[in-house]
Amino acid sequence: MVSQLTVSERQFALVILGLLAMCGLAMAAGGRGDPMGAQGFVVLIYAVGFAFVVMAGLYAPEPDDSRLSRYYDDPTKVGIVLTMIWAVIGMGFGVWVASLLAWPNLTFDAAWASFGRLRPVHTSGVIFGFGGNALIATSFHVLQRTSRARLADQFSPWFVLIGYNLFCVVAASGYLLGVTQSKEYAEPEWYADIWLVIVWVVYFLLYIRTLMRRQEPHIYVANWYYMAFILVVAVLHIVNNLAMPVSLSHAKSYSLFSGVQDAMTQWWYGHNAVAFFLTAGFLGMMYYYMPKRAGRPIFSYRLSIISFWGITFLYMWAGSHHLHYTALPHWVQTLGMTFSVMLLVPSWASAGNALATLNGAWHKVRDDATLRFMMVAAVFYGLSTFEGSFMAIRPVNSLSHYTDWTVGHVHAGALGWVAMITFGSIYALVPWMWKRQAMYSPKLVEVHFWLALAGTIVYVFAMWNSGIIQGLMWRTYNDGGTLAYSFIDSLVAMHPYYIARAFGGLLFLAGAIVGSINVWMTIRASRLEAAAGADADLPARPAGAVVAGE
Amino acid sequence: MASEFFHRKVERNTIGFVLAIIGVASIGGIVEIAPLFTIHETVEEAPDMRLYTPLELAGRNIYIREGCYACHSQMIRTLRDEVERYGPYSLAVESKYDHPMLWGSKRTGPDLARIGDKYSDAWHVRHLIDPREVVPESIMPKYGWLARTELRTADLGEHLAAQRAVGVPYTPEMIENATADAYAQATPDSAGAGGVTERYGDATQMRVFDGDAARVTEMDALVAYLQILGRLTEAAYGEQPTAATE
Repeated sequence: MVSQLTVSERQFALVILGLLAMCGLAMAAGGRGDPMGAQGFVVLIYAVGFAFVVMAGLYAPEPDDSRLSRYYDDPTKVGIVLTMIWAVIGMGFGVWVASLLAWPNLTFDAAWASFGRLRPVHTSGVIFGFGGNALIATSFHVLQRTSRARLADQFSPWFVLIGYNLFCVVAASGYLLGVTQSKEYAEPEWYADIWLVIVWVVYFLLYIRTLMRRQEPHIYVANWYYMAFILVVAVLHIVNNLAMPVSLSHAKSYSLFSGVQDAMTQWWYGHNAVAFFLTAGFLGMMYYYMPKRAGRPIFSYRLSIISFWGITFLYMWAGSHHLHYTALPHWVQTLGMTFSVMLLVPSWASAGNALATLNGAWHKVRDDATLRFMMVAAVFYGLSTFEGSFMAIRPVNSLSHYTDWTVGHVHAGALGWVAMITFGSIYALVPWMWKRQAMYSPKLVEVHFWLALAGTIVYVFAMWNSGIIQGLMWRTYNDGGTLAYSFIDSLVAMHPYYIARAFGGLLFLAGAIVGSINVWMTIRASRLEAAAGADADLPARPAGAVVAGE
Repeated sequence: MASEFFHRKVERNTIGFVLAIIGVASIGGIVEIAPLFTIHETVEEAPDMRLYTPLELAGRNIYIREGCYACHSQMIRTLRDEVERYGPYSLAVESKYDHPMLWGSKRTGPDLARIGDKYSDAWHVRHLIDPREVVPESIMPKYGWLARTELRTADLGEHLAAQRAVGVPYTPEMIENATADAYAQATPDSAGAGGVTERYGDATQMRVFDGDAARVTEMDALVAYLQILGRLTEAAYGEQPTAATE
């Protein structure tokens, strides 16, 4: 990988990593006695580690100019591997925290191992680690192919990918140390937030510069979504994370907003993180990989336009449905509810457009687990957007809010839509990237598909049950007019569902592990073949070293 | 269709497309968020609203650090069953000084908006050390180390100063005495105790919260915070209309 960079790019990378290491050192020295110190060491080790990687390849010969006539896919390849690693980490922590709710004594008497500190490792691990890496990796691939242009330069994609993962590592390690802003899905503290802004600006500039070099007159639909993802996430991230650090040597900061304004800002962010991180970006993925894999053009250009602008406009109003019946002014709640219901139109336009694209290719859906992943993802996208609009209706929300129903809804989207479209896209992408006919084992893709589907269904049904039971128990009255159940009664009723949920999650995790092995074996087969080609005039290797493959 | 032709033009222009996305996406947030800062009725008046003491603020930071908000809300909705279960519904003014707010989104455990004064300090300490000792069915984690960990108080002045910077009206005197006040609130027999009530009001709870007068622990701070929840102002305890649960 390093050998594909020019010597001056390698030197520039070392300078940046050196600066980063100095930042880490300053944080470690200035933040002694504060979690900031430990976070500094994380930054330092990360920077030094990558500096070693660059130095190992520093004196490799200059790459030849013929590379400029090809697409630049090295960052995508590394991004795919990182996606799979984060999938296992994030989902592994998910199973862990789910188990803590069923068996609370699994936590040792250690601060880092309590539910409250592990939960954000799970949420950030899957959303930002798994989802973010998948978006970055696929966006580089889709951007180049649909623009028929090579990435604008070779350095920025690495800065984006490696820098973004530094953000993820700092965030996850920080949670275990007790560093959090407490804003859901925006937990990382001010220094990590500032770093992410820098990474994001580079990402945006890279995207725009490459788009401007495109050899196609039109910008393809997938890129609309990737652009909306990059732009709007930047706006949300910056506004919601405005905060005053206690000092430069403290990890802690205080949000600029308080009370009701903070609540509205937070859920404007929170809901649109769902919209533009977990929906728009992944729709971009779907609009490219699904028609490619199915060998069919997108069903309707007009539906694409309607759903894109509908989603971009309407989602931003919907956040206040997280605050029904609270101290948020009633008019804002009503606006949030109204727009949430309207949102169903562009959401179903997207899901319908995707499914109609498969018309004429249903036999492929039957035979090809990769395409089936994408088809099921579109179905779950349709289901969970319907459920979301439904739950945003005020009286429904009075039952569902604060319960596991919300958790079930989120996972219908996260497992059924986000993870499924990602796995489908990765299974399509990996053979293209590593020049293979197919994945190492199509059977294992099939196994992964059924594990993922079974896991999702078990999980979602468990949470529907527990959530609705919980909500009903909280509001049930005796004939005498008093509340029928204590809070702890409702908690006891949750126990079997918490076990079922942990089991569903375990199935899904098992699928992700199977997928990771499959991806790894495909890469390995590609490498072995390359090695065998290079060593063609050498004596034969021992038979065991050759891996069966395509 | 004409609109389709229009779009074919838009999607040929990178910068135009970028600006269109930003424009279209900004409207919702601007319409819903900006007025919350300007419309006066958004937050009620509560002249008796008091500030978190440095000890309570430190406790609040522990509550945030441990992720308590992931399972406990602090927002009682305007529904009859919630008001009967938890107390008067929450008003905007009650979290006016909460940077950030801790309304929460999930009740794996019960709402805590009005937990203050409902249980004794000793109950909270025992419950935090081993929740299942007092509530056998509980699934809350144990927080035994809080009682063993000395509270970091030296930098509380900096915390108050940062709070002041984002709009909480801590006075320079409060900022200057923050460390001493935290100690004094959990050590009511000490010389500085008078200063705490002078600065934060006579209603300030001055107690050895964790039962160990010899030192100020994180347990002291967290219990002090829990005991003030819902008690910063009396504004919510008047007549309240409720929406029926249907």
